[in-house]
Amino acid sequence: MRDILPALIAAIPIGLLYGALAAGKGLSVVETALMSALVFAGGAQFAAVELWHPPPPLLVLAFSTLLINARHVLMGASLARKTANYSGVQRLIAFFFLADEIWALSERRAAAAPLTFAYALGMSSIFWLNWVATSTLGAFAGSLIGDPRRLGADFAFTALFIGLIAGFWKGRSTAITIAASAVAAASAYRVLGPPWHVGLGALAGIAAAYAAGDAEAGP
Amino acid sequence: MSLDAGVLAAILAMAFVTYATRIAGLWLVRRLNLHGRARAAFDAIPAAVLVAVIAPVVLTTGWAESLAAIVTIVAATRLPLLGVVVCGVASVVAFRAGLRLL
Repeated sequence: MRDILPALIAAIPIGLLYGALAAGKGLSVVETALMSALVFAGGAQFAAVELWHPPPPLLVLAFSTLLINARHVLMGASLARKTANYSGVQRLIAFFFLADEIWALSERRAAAAPLTFAYALGMSSIFWLNWVATSTLGAFAGSLIGDPRRLGADFAFTALFIGLIAGFWKGRSTAITIAASAVAAASAYRVLGPPWHVGLGALAGIAAAYAAGDAEAGP
Repeated sequence: MSLDAGVLAAILAMAFVTYATRIAGLWLVRRLNLHGRARAAFDAIPAAVLVAVIAPVVLTTGWAESLAAIVTIVAATRLPLLGVVVCGVASVVAFRAGLRLL
């Protein structure tokens, strides 16, 4: 399982950070671990923690999760053809673990050799265990450390998102998307307050990409 | 060590939505044929969402956060993800301390 090692190491501090931030927002250790085990989607979990306040805003969290994880639909569509040798049940199990890293590593494997259920499940289960374990540890450590602002850790997920956004960079269309989303989200945050900035900002970015996409494609 | 019913409901809702996005591709792949504008809009979803989530921190919180975001963006063009996070955290701590001295 040497293939998964770099992704595992990179995920350790991110899992610890998620656990610490979740604890800082008042989630218990059990709740923090349960979210990692059942949701298993870093970006959506960080966004949920950022939007979190008691009592948890269920619809807002579900909507934010849907928007952030919409990319899974394309990732799954791409892997659908490469997992034609799986049984129906095997697919439903394997696709539960469709995180960015698992997807990228599965695609890389599929390019070299036929992807097998055993290979995918082995890789996925280690990555999943690592994520749940580091989240839990982070939640324990976080409640000991106290206010994450003191160490600048509150900015870590902003930095993480900037790094992830850079990974989606595709030139002019991405710049237009980012500008529209940033301006709309910051304005909505000022005028309407959270959580409206997420939906309105995202819709503005998507609409801008839609408009710009036509211009690039020509008549 | 507690598990609140409202929290559990929120987590289950997030888990359900996430799993739905993960398996939707299996059914969608046969009928979806995105191109042109629709394709561009769909491809823009991840960046648009991530930007919308962090925009308030970057643009409306204060000078320390805005300046640290600029450093982080530069770092993101040349460092792996982990290095980007370290640079971001270090620069926000430095800018907060620096601005307090002014």
